[in-house]
Amino acid sequence: MSTLDTTLHADAHEHHGPAKGMGRWLFTTNHKDIGSMYLWFSLLMFFVGGCMALMIRAELFQPGLQLIEPGFFNQMTTMHGLIMVFGAVMPAFVGLANWMVPMMIGAPDMALPRMNNWSFWILPFAFAMLISTLFMEGGAPNFGWTFYAPLSTTYAPPSVTYFIFAIHMMGISSIMGAINIIATILNMRAPGMTMMKLPLFCWTWLITAFLLIAVMPVLAGVVTMMLMDIHFGTSFFDAGGGGDPVLFQHVFWFFGHPEVYIMILPAFGIISQIIPTFARKRLFGYASMVYATASIAVLSFLVWAHHMFTVGIPLAGELFFMYATMLIAVPTGVKVFNWVATMFRGSMTFETPMLFALAFVVLFTIGGFSGLMLAIAPVDFQYHDTYFVVAHFHYVLVPGAIFSIMAGVYYWLPKWTGHMLDERMGKLHFWLSFIGVNITFFPMHFIGLAGMPRRIPDYALQFADFNMVASIGAFLFGLSQLIFLWNVIACVRGGRKAEARAWEGAEGLEWEIPSPAPYHTFATPPQLPESLR
Amino acid sequence: MSSSSYYVPEQSRWPILASVALFLLAYGAGTLLNALSAEQGGGLGLVLLLAGALMMGLILVGWFGNVIHESRGGLYSAQMDRSFRWGMSWFIFSEVMFFAAFFGALFYVRVLAVPWLGGEGDKGVSQMLWPDFVAQWPLMITPDAERFPGPAAVISPWHIPLLNTCLLVTSSFTLTLAHKALLRDARMQVRRWLFVTIVLGVVFIGFQAYEYAEAYHELGLTLQAGVYGATFFILTGFHGLHVTLGTLMLMIILGRIVVGHFDSRQHFGFEAVAWYWHFVDVVWIGLFLFVYVL
Ligand code: HEM
Ligand SMILES: [Cu+2]
Repeated sequence: MSTLDTTLHADAHEHHGPAKGMGRWLFTTNHKDIGSMYLWFSLLMFFVGGCMALMIRAELFQPGLQLIEPGFFNQMTTMHGLIMVFGAVMPAFVGLANWMVPMMIGAPDMALPRMNNWSFWILPFAFAMLISTLFMEGGAPNFGWTFYAPLSTTYAPPSVTYFIFAIHMMGISSIMGAINIIATILNMRAPGMTMMKLPLFCWTWLITAFLLIAVMPVLAGVVTMMLMDIHFGTSFFDAGGGGDPVLFQHVFWFFGHPEVYIMILPAFGIISQIIPTFARKRLFGYASMVYATASIAVLSFLVWAHHMFTVGIPLAGELFFMYATMLIAVPTGVKVFNWVATMFRGSMTFETPMLFALAFVVLFTIGGFSGLMLAIAPVDFQYHDTYFVVAHFHYVLVPGAIFSIMAGVYYWLPKWTGHMLDERMGKLHFWLSFIGVNITFFPMHFIGLAGMPRRIPDYALQFADFNMVASIGAFLFGLSQLIFLWNVIACVRGGRKAEARAWEGAEGLEWEIPSPAPYHTFATPPQLPESLR
Repeated sequence: MSSSSYYVPEQSRWPILASVALFLLAYGAGTLLNALSAEQGGGLGLVLLLAGALMMGLILVGWFGNVIHESRGGLYSAQMDRSFRWGMSWFIFSEVMFFAAFFGALFYVRVLAVPWLGGEGDKGVSQMLWPDFVAQWPLMITPDAERFPGPAAVISPWHIPLLNTCLLVTSSFTLTLAHKALLRDARMQVRRWLFVTIVLGVVFIGFQAYEYAEAYHELGLTLQAGVYGATFFILTGFHGLHVTLGTLMLMIILGRIVVGHFDSRQHFGFEAVAWYWHFVDVVWIGLFLFVYVL
């Protein structure tokens, strides 16, 4: 009986603040608390994965083996990829969704608040388990973040079993997080907030959540088949029993390609919120943005084998997947066009969030173009598994996904903390990151085209110069992220007071409530502001 | 509770406890499997696994207990009910995709991988590895018969599997009858039909266990029997687990009916379990067709 009493009781005075002490964070059901935990966790993982990246770049600074063992190098590339994808980028987007979606649609919280807490708290345990493999006998997983069989089955270190269960835990967390976001957006919008008035960040997240629920179970399926092959003698990925290692790649990439869109669609949403604010114009082509996002999501299920052009698939397959992949560039182009058209003749200012958003538009587009090059099957025969691929996906992920996250954090920090950012420090962070990212990844296009293979700790002499440049850039980029940490902490602790509408051109429900946002917002559904009616 | 405000629960201890339990389960299972594969015996892994399972069981009872309590306390609005409905629907969709991965694997090996190994089709060159291998399905003789001795025979679809199909399809009907009865508030009939559904589920599981025993002891159809055995057991095995879980949930629902929960207007818990049961039923139809018959 006691729980019911307390809940009914608490209901009487809804506007109480957070609980005291550790309990606040462990037991919370508040979307803002949970959003903050997701974001801090992701930042921690970003630094952990970043240190691994710097170890890789230090080893590749010069040809020859200097600093780390090749086996450890493999563990670093694997763990770097896994931690960045599942630990840094994905949780950061979920954190942003937790904070912003309820405030943008006028909901009091997420639809299923307790499950929301569970989605988050699974993650630290999953990553503790994954990272603990570094200290196990035989070392951490060393088969790349794509964990192709039989490297990840027959030839894997024993720690692969823990890796499999860690993936299962991350999958459970992602699926529950996604279900929550869908239920919130579909069910908890304020009266009058029709689907076609939904802020784009919510739209892109709605579609991302759908992708997550569709493909995380497939990832669970593929690791389960691995587990069976390793421990129960099945032969899913062993041709000796009639299976096929290529089957692994099909199932993995059926998850994997939608996964890369899971990491970019919310970014599209963030950018579509920021650019109109600082261009002081409405977003150009709202409806086309929604349809473009949806068609990208649908197409993303039909292109997975562009990762497998060289593995030996029938000619018809090569052709189908080549054309289907190139088709994705069309809705992506629509988006880039709309962002540029939004800025066209706008009264633009260039505060830190806008700088990151602009860099996103330019650099993501470069990544999209290199993607198109890779999509051409005969050409990919040359590029596959070279640094060109590394250049491609780092352009879409670092100045793409990561820049969008930073843009979003800088954009919404005033709402979260009640303080404006120190623009000088923000700009410093931006310019160092922008320069660092390009010094790091642009040369990789050249060494890739010249044939340097990826995931190898040593290389031929002719690649030496560009590798040195890339390593210097990587350290510049990595160290500048300490400024980001500094900026966030400084903004939490103090600064110029932010108004409710922290940015002059900002529109939407989240800018109608005070900054910092009160612990509980919208206990009763709000009136939509003029701009949304 | 007015319908305009949404019930946001207070702080809860269940999620963090459930995370610990899940961690124990996962870490225990990993340790146990590694120990078994290295032939070192269970030990620590088994202890952790069991502790995790026990803890998770208790948490689920407590957590769902909480939810039921709140629901019966009238804290949930119609909007809240819709959140639960969306939640359950998307959860079932995720389960569909989980099975889709295994069905996909089955189709891929049957239609592409095995014929290629036998020298047919676009990639028939892979026959170089085992020139004597002849493609067939069910795959009775594997390419490397020493490591993966194929089965002597496979299970005939027209005995137990057909019977099981009838059982599950009937159980979907009886469950619907129970639902209809609940809508009329005819509680005795709800009990009766629910009970019949549960019995059908239990008999299904029994037959499935019997079939597994036969496969292992008489047919040589094992997990190690090549890719036919692998796909057979992963599909029927996960399905069997789902039936077991579904039956357990039906039992809980029956218990709740007996103590007076649910009425014709408010019975989402009942419906959620019914959806799940129908989903498991549909998966079985797929299994019956593609694993047993075709
Ligand atoms: C215009 C859109 C895009 C096209 C046409 C495209 C195309 C491709 C192709 C063909 C490959 C395979 C290259 C190879 O392995 O030989 C590839 C790899 C990759 N792409 Fe993209 N891509 C696009 C956008 C994106 C986006 C938005 C992301 C993520 C945010 C992304 C992330 C990746 C990753 C992570 C890999 C490498 C996976 C690995 O092998 O480790 N791509 N892309
Ligand atoms: Cu792809």
